[in-house]
Amino acid sequence: MQDGNKTNKPIAPPEDNSGWTALKALVDGFSTTLRHLGRKPITEQYPEFKRTLPERSRARIVLTRDPDGRERCVACYLCSAVCPVSCISMQSVEAADGRRFARWFRINFGRCIYCGLCAEACPTSAIQLTPDFENVQRDILTLVFEKEDLLVDHCGKDPDYDFYAHAGVKTDDADKGQHAKETLPVNVRSNMP
Amino acid sequence: MDYIIGLIVLFIKIAVMLGALLLAASYLVWLERKLLGRLQIRLGPNRAGIFGLLQPIADAVKLLTKEDIVPSDADATIFKLAPAVVAVTALMMFAVVPIGPDITVFGHTVPLVIADLNVGLLYVFALSSVGVYGVALGGWASNSKFALLGGIRGAAQMISYELSIGLSLVPVVMLSGSFSLTEIVDAQAGLPYILIQPVSFAIFVISAMAESKRIPFDLPEAENELGAGFHTEYSGMRFGLFFLGEYVHVQVLGALIAVFFLGGWHGPILPPVVWLLIKIFLVAVLMIWIRGTLPRLRYDQLMALGWKVLIPASLINIVLTGAFILMAA
Repeated sequence: MQDGNKTNKPIAPPEDNSGWTALKALVDGFSTTLRHLGRKPITEQYPEFKRTLPERSRARIVLTRDPDGRERCVACYLCSAVCPVSCISMQSVEAADGRRFARWFRINFGRCIYCGLCAEACPTSAIQLTPDFENVQRDILTLVFEKEDLLVDHCGKDPDYDFYAHAGVKTDDADKGQHAKETLPVNVRSNMP
Repeated sequence: MDYIIGLIVLFIKIAVMLGALLLAASYLVWLERKLLGRLQIRLGPNRAGIFGLLQPIADAVKLLTKEDIVPSDADATIFKLAPAVVAVTALMMFAVVPIGPDITVFGHTVPLVIADLNVGLLYVFALSSVGVYGVALGGWASNSKFALLGGIRGAAQMISYELSIGLSLVPVVMLSGSFSLTEIVDAQAGLPYILIQPVSFAIFVISAMAESKRIPFDLPEAENELGAGFHTEYSGMRFGLFFLGEYVHVQVLGALIAVFFLGGWHGPILPPVVWLLIKIFLVAVLMIWIRGTLPRLRYDQLMALGWKVLIPASLINIVLTGAFILMAA
């Protein structure tokens, strides 16, 4: 009963506009800024101090490789199709072993807006964005990166993924039915209802 | 002969004063950026020279070498004239500020003030009113809606606060019995007026800050609403002149507060000029501190503060001061 009385007692109006509160607010504000005057600035001075950026921050684009060191890119054009500023272009060919690859692959970083849609669209995890943002050039044409500038010797953020191990595409390494988690193809003629 | 010597002395005084004012204005910008940075736990400028001390010079070079753009539909003559009005009026106000007692050089008595006008106080008000034209006309001549809004706000705000700034100084004039800044300073040899007239002092500081368009009264600029307000369309050194005018105005403000309420150059031990500089510096630091603390007022709050609080308060203050003087006499 007593508890009920306590909670029911009138509460002070939320906005108390008396001169006293105003003065208190002023003192509060000025003392806050004065306290900050004595604090050490939290500025990180960029060229001298470089913070390690999160792994997933989006900057320079690279083309990664399979765990066994072969190019991941299968030149499917999805990245160039999804690119909102059309800065990716390539020419696809098929190698003798049955794998597709890009004869040439070009990203114009002068146009790239680092949106990451290409990496999202990529079915083979080939194209990836790295945290390396320090690629400013005096001449805009030096920002056009060819395939040899883009290719790196690691798997990037997806270390185990190997597209051709799952794809079901017939190459010299594996015939149909020999890939991971794959069963032999069914002969459709033996499969009548 | 005396006339020529007087003229030479006058030119020397003007040159020294202008040089000191402009140099101080540029380093006041440095001080403001540095102190504001520290108030916000940042570093402030620190790249140009040690502690960023060459930053004002770098800024000046940048402003001078930038393209001077006049918008195609602007009223070119007024557009080009407006920044000069702001800067020149701010600089000219210093002509009546006494920076020390008379000194004697080679048998000649040289007053340490450029012009000891007997209506110095009115001269200051006249110039600060003319300064409003720079803002209003600059905003209007730009032919841009943001600049126009800034200019209108500037005119309305400064006219409103002109009233309370004038009324707040009436008690000072009543006490000292003179409009001359030199005599007002002399009248405070014993006791600075801040102790006798604290209400006047508060009203004067608030209105003077509104007059110089500083946060929390920077509605004519109001970056978040109006781009840059009245100087949105300005670039290069014309913008620089507005900027310069603002910081010279801060010094004028410091000097006027010192002259009217803090006893001008009066002070123990140290030379008079140093005392005046210390007082101006303290006022500048106070204004930077205020800028780092308070948010911008809303427009109706600004007008309400001016018309409903400051003007009645200063009127009551005048009546009380008059009654007090009558009773004392």
